[in-house]
Amino acid sequence: MTPERDSREPDPELGGLTAEEQDTAGAITPAARLAAYVRGGGIVVPALTALVAFFVGGLVMLLTGNDPVATYEAIWKGTGLQWFLPWTGDRELAALNLQQTLILTTPLILTGLAVAFAFRAGLFNIGGNGQYIMGSIAAVVVASELTGLPAWILIVLAMVAACLAGAVWAGIAGVLKATTGANEVISTIMLNYTALYIGFYLFGVDGPLQNDEDKSLAVSNEIVEAAHLPVFWGDPVLQGLHIGLFVALLAVVVFWLVLNRSTTGYEVRAVGLNPEAARYSGISVGKSYVLVMAVCGVFAGLAGALDVLGWQFKLGTDDIQTAQVGFFGIAVALLGRNTASGTVASAILFGALISGTSQRNLDPTIFEPSLAANLTLIIQGLVVLFVSADVLVLSALRRGRVLLGARRRREAPAEGES
Amino acid sequence: MSPPTTSPAALELRGITKRFGPVFANDRVDFDLRNGEVHALLGENGAGKSTLMSILYGLYHPDAGEIRIDGERVTIESPSDAIERGIGMVHQHFMLVPVMTVTENIVLGGEPRGRAGLFDVKEGARRVRELSKRYGLAVDPDAAIEDVSVGMQQRVEILKALYRDARILVLDEPTAVLTAQETAELFKVLRSLKEDGVAIVFISHKLTEVLAIADRVTVLRRGRRVDTVPAEGATEESLARLMVGRDVLLRVDKPAASPHEPALEVEDLWVLDDRDLEAVRGPSLTVRRGEIVALAGVDGNGQNELVEAIAGLRGVVSGRIAVAEKEVSGRGVRAATDAGVAHIPEDRHLRGLVLDFTLAENLALREYRRPPLSQHGWLNVRHLAIRARELLREFDVRGGGSATLARSLSGGNQQKVCIAREVASNPNLLIAHQPTRGLDVGAIEFVHRRLVAERDNGRGILLVSLEFDEIRSLADRILVIFEGEIVREFSPDVSEEELGFAMTGGGGRAVA
Repeated sequence: MTPERDSREPDPELGGLTAEEQDTAGAITPAARLAAYVRGGGIVVPALTALVAFFVGGLVMLLTGNDPVATYEAIWKGTGLQWFLPWTGDRELAALNLQQTLILTTPLILTGLAVAFAFRAGLFNIGGNGQYIMGSIAAVVVASELTGLPAWILIVLAMVAACLAGAVWAGIAGVLKATTGANEVISTIMLNYTALYIGFYLFGVDGPLQNDEDKSLAVSNEIVEAAHLPVFWGDPVLQGLHIGLFVALLAVVVFWLVLNRSTTGYEVRAVGLNPEAARYSGISVGKSYVLVMAVCGVFAGLAGALDVLGWQFKLGTDDIQTAQVGFFGIAVALLGRNTASGTVASAILFGALISGTSQRNLDPTIFEPSLAANLTLIIQGLVVLFVSADVLVLSALRRGRVLLGARRRREAPAEGES
Repeated sequence: MSPPTTSPAALELRGITKRFGPVFANDRVDFDLRNGEVHALLGENGAGKSTLMSILYGLYHPDAGEIRIDGERVTIESPSDAIERGIGMVHQHFMLVPVMTVTENIVLGGEPRGRAGLFDVKEGARRVRELSKRYGLAVDPDAAIEDVSVGMQQRVEILKALYRDARILVLDEPTAVLTAQETAELFKVLRSLKEDGVAIVFISHKLTEVLAIADRVTVLRRGRRVDTVPAEGATEESLARLMVGRDVLLRVDKPAASPHEPALEVEDLWVLDDRDLEAVRGPSLTVRRGEIVALAGVDGNGQNELVEAIAGLRGVVSGRIAVAEKEVSGRGVRAATDAGVAHIPEDRHLRGLVLDFTLAENLALREYRRPPLSQHGWLNVRHLAIRARELLREFDVRGGGSATLARSLSGGNQQKVCIAREVASNPNLLIAHQPTRGLDVGAIEFVHRRLVAERDNGRGILLVSLEFDEIRSLADRILVIFEGEIVREFSPDVSEEELGFAMTGGGGRAVA
């Protein structure tokens, strides 16, 4: 028969990789391939997913009577990403826009990590938003109340407090899961609401931490000047880019190292892929769940601190109510395949999208500002949908290949017969 | 080609070829089946048995070849086509709805309609009873599937096929999940089906069973049909040779044991199961270094809980477990591992391996916290790979390197990875829980040899098995566990009848 077949033949002594094994491997692959893509840092499918989401977003624009090409062009300009293409247009404006994009990217990286880390342990952390809010609250309290400390100490203290607040908040869900088996999806959603109302209570009118000077504003005290994160690009007065971006990138490195190079990360991945096998090798699955959730909370809480110390400087109940960063983190992690580099890439994508569709950027004659923010949400929703569906995409690809193979065989019937 | 018969064969497969990429799963395979015949399809894992039957059942489409039923050429596009043509399939993993009753499962998709088109439960139950009586397939029509034994679930699967008027019944490794008693019952049923003219394909890689039930045996090897022989006159040795392509040592060839100091001592141990019932009820036992002690028992008599307690996976109510004279009872897996317990779990997919981990990562599962694999909480990835390469070579694991995912290996090679990991931890006590389940002849031979070698390396081996042959050929001593107690001790030359009798609680409780 064909020569390549002999090379595939298993050794007679013991079953090697035989035809049937190949076949069963083929039959179960969607999940296996997903795992392989995550491992290999595959980029084709996520990129396709994003493209399709943008395409469908364009269809939505068409349906609502807008010009998708002009809109996407305007969004692109709004992102500031053309700063990287120096020969195009106004570099100063592009720089301003890019600073905005990266300011938005910073917390998205962290809330993305908060979801991705949980995913790697087989947990679904929907509570990034609540953890982010708790982190913001802790940071604003520390940075506005502890006056008189040196700047760096104050900043570090505020960040540590935010990390702890997020860790405790997420840890609650982890403890519930470990001790009672409570589904972390439900408990983290509930904790999102709890965090929201804690914020309302603290900073609302007549709340215990409401602004000391103006009792009509539902907002916290402003953090002290010393606690502002230094701006390294752009004008501090015009909301330039603060060094929080580097903190977020450092967190990405930590994420990668812990997950791939530490025994803890090894345990986390074992628990995520097969909790029963993990238990058999002596790993305490319950403890891992608590630890993983706490680490997720650290990431999300830190995101809150960076926003507060970087550009918000105070926290109002309306800030808390409109916070979406934690929810965007889900899409960021999914599109980024729960990997370190993927999370950074998709955080930039979503940061750019939010910044590009902000009312400040989008020309009302091209796209109604009221619709613009919704467009971001639509694309975000589509990404989540498509990413969850890309097991389907993968199996469709596979089926396509099978059909293609069948056609090839029909066209060349002589092949395989001797 | 089949010899000409007076009536056309019930089923004829001619020149079936199926390729997956460059690999031929089936290569011009011929197979024929007569009415009232049990025709065994024998071959190692990956020989192409399941592919061939999947083609017959419409799950795959052949690249070449034809299928004839009662002499008429047919194309089978889907399982519903197959059912319509009287082909019934009992898969290895049952396709039953756990919360539904036996009757509901059997009639599912072909429910008898009463007045107003509603499902007529009574009529369904009546028909099920009738079928079950006719073929001696004892089932309780009103019990929920999740409450009945595996053996009964299998009978339900067979009834499901018969309910749809199957005249050709394909049984895919039907005995893999059964106890010896259940297997004997199944064979009785198959004989009565045979008498009724049903044609049966019996897929297996267990030689004794094939010889016991089949009329003819077709052996596949690497996708090709090697031979079709009458079961009469064939021997285990001759079939094994056809399967593997060389002579296979079916009996374990081992020197006499020379046991010395105890590796494991269990005293008056009480352990609860998941429902908080007493599963282990005060047995005491000792496994010495240099001997293989088999724990024989019908599944569900406390052997799982006993093993889990020894391995540190399950707490104990009272009693003592000591490994190499170190007390480990109820102190967790890590304490057990540190005392030198290694454990080859009974289900390598569920418990033994992380299928989406690389082989290097899987091989580190027992020892990743010790240097040189890790230091101060950081993995040494290079050492993981180096050690993996060494172990893969030593244990002759084929089909992948240290960076290959465990999922892509064959069952036999996956089991070798499990064994390599456990043996590499240099244990005092090695627990082997059904170490050869689902493996083919060649791989079984390897596992058995390795266990004997580890015994001779001075480890104590506790073997838990449901296979009589394995127990008798491997063990130096046999302990029978029944309802959580060790009721008898035998030497390996005990007869199968005597052992089986003791396992079902017969013969009194006389611990040697």
